[in-house]
Amino acid sequence: MTAILEVDELSSGYGPVPVLRDVTFEVPTGTVTAILGANGAGKTTLLRTLSGLLRPTTGRVRFDGEDLRGVPVERLVRRGLAHVPEGRGVVAELTVEENLRLGGLWRRDRADARRAQDEVYQLFDPLARRRRHAGHQLSGGERQMLALGRALIARPRLLLLDEPSLGLAPRVSGQIMTLLRQLCDGSGLTVLLVEQNVRSALGIADQGVVMSLGRVVMATPAAQLRDDEQLRHAYLGF
Amino acid sequence: MDRFLFLTLDGVSTGAVYAAFALALVLIWRAARLVNFAQGAMAVATAYVGYAVVSATGSYWLGLGAAVLAGLALGALVERVLMRFVGHANPLGDVIVALGLVLLIQAVLGMVFGNEYRPTAVPFDTDALTVGGIAAMSPYDLWVLGAVVVVVALLALLFTRTSLGLRMRASAFAPEVSRLLGVQVSRMLTVGWALAAAVGALAGMLVVPTGLGLHPHAMDLVFVIAFTAAVVGGLDSPAGAVVGGLLVGLILSYVTGYLGPDTTPLAVLVLLLAVLLVRPGGLFSGPRARHV
Ligand SMILES: Nc1ncnc2c1ncn2[C@@H]1O[C@H](COP(=O)(O)OP(=O)(O)O)[C@@H](O)[C@H]1O
Ligand SMILES: [Mg+2]
Repeated sequence: MTAILEVDELSSGYGPVPVLRDVTFEVPTGTVTAILGANGAGKTTLLRTLSGLLRPTTGRVRFDGEDLRGVPVERLVRRGLAHVPEGRGVVAELTVEENLRLGGLWRRDRADARRAQDEVYQLFDPLARRRRHAGHQLSGGERQMLALGRALIARPRLLLLDEPSLGLAPRVSGQIMTLLRQLCDGSGLTVLLVEQNVRSALGIADQGVVMSLGRVVMATPAAQLRDDEQLRHAYLGF
Repeated sequence: MDRFLFLTLDGVSTGAVYAAFALALVLIWRAARLVNFAQGAMAVATAYVGYAVVSATGSYWLGLGAAVLAGLALGALVERVLMRFVGHANPLGDVIVALGLVLLIQAVLGMVFGNEYRPTAVPFDTDALTVGGIAAMSPYDLWVLGAVVVVVALLALLFTRTSLGLRMRASAFAPEVSRLLGVQVSRMLTVGWALAAAVGALAGMLVVPTGLGLHPHAMDLVFVIAFTAAVVGGLDSPAGAVVGGLLVGLILSYVTGYLGPDTTPLAVLVLLLAVLLVRPGGLFSGPRARHV
């Protein structure tokens, strides 16, 4: 199995303060990888470094075999890498429709961008009914649908998601997890999922990467983390 | 009563120019979160270009076009070579750089064109038409009003109907998210400056012939008035800038008309202070939801 994303000895941080230290792992194509770890472990920092919002101090990231060093943030989505940031990143002042259009503006294939938008409305019924509502009028669940749908309009090959179930009712977050799994199985999407909700993340993940204090302490098949109580206890504390 | 009507109409047509100029300030505020204190000087510079072209070609319309193009270029230039490098670490940094730019522009204009008044031109008669025995607007006032209405409408269309407008709004509201979605945010900032300076250039061309005369300091007071108008409307609101411009135009017209022209600068300051003290967010500021 080939890896769509290879992270090699990656370090980064904010100014002189290092946060990530020598992070190394791979994300196999077409799988769901869950990044787990306590608050402050560096999960958000990792995603921000992968998508170029933060520049690594050392190490490298390969996407589809190509080194991402020096590739501007706004180019990554064109290559097939989409990042839904923590807090979801819905533009509160824009309407649902405008948020979705924004996700496809860079695309040359206008017809397919429009088709992708229609697919999002079919996938997320509540959005279709609130096209003209501003982002700040949506519920938490609707906002998550919008952020996710907007990312899908790029038809990405790799999707980075930062705590998509934060603040959502368990039923809603369960639906989102199921959907992610379906997208992976159906369309060959690869997902790198950061989650606080370890159980629901492991429920759909193929691989679990556990982080602590900016380091990867374990990368293992998700099934093992699900089933091995001792391991779970040692690394995830439950 | 006739006088009141006359002052009202006069207030509307000067207010329209303030509205356009305030709109230019709002455009940059929304894009870059800074007040462009060099807006007046930049508009004067482009008006010099415009009227130089009018003198050379004899065509007002060519001159107007040249001024607007010069505005686009100057705005983009100022953003690319100057403002881009002013960090937000020092909150006064952009103000100081802008004031430096004012001095630079005024000095260069003085050296190139001299500090005395230069000729201007108007495309229409500036004498008021009398309607039913009452002095109403002049054809030039009507042109000013019409031009501002068209510019405001075009800007509204740009921002609400085009993908460039959507990119610009998104870049202003959420730069990081916009970049993740493939928007070239730094280019949008340049476009915002270019557009604002072009609107400023148009406002300068419209207002300079009306009693100001073309000299390096021609827009100093207009800038303060337009800034007041933008603050009245709330720096964040394009619609507020238009209403604020008209409102300030009317108030100043009444003050000047009933109390004499010497009181105008004082009235502007009183108004500015009053708004800043009573409603610093502007008349149109509401409890705007901004959760992301
Ligand atoms: N903008 C920032 N500036 C400085 N330090 C930060 C910033 N954001 C996060 N950190 C620090 O980096 C570490 C990792 O944070 P983060 O990546 O947000 O963790 P997680 O997403 O796993 O909760 C924490 O110690 C946090 O305090
Ligand atoms: Mg986080």
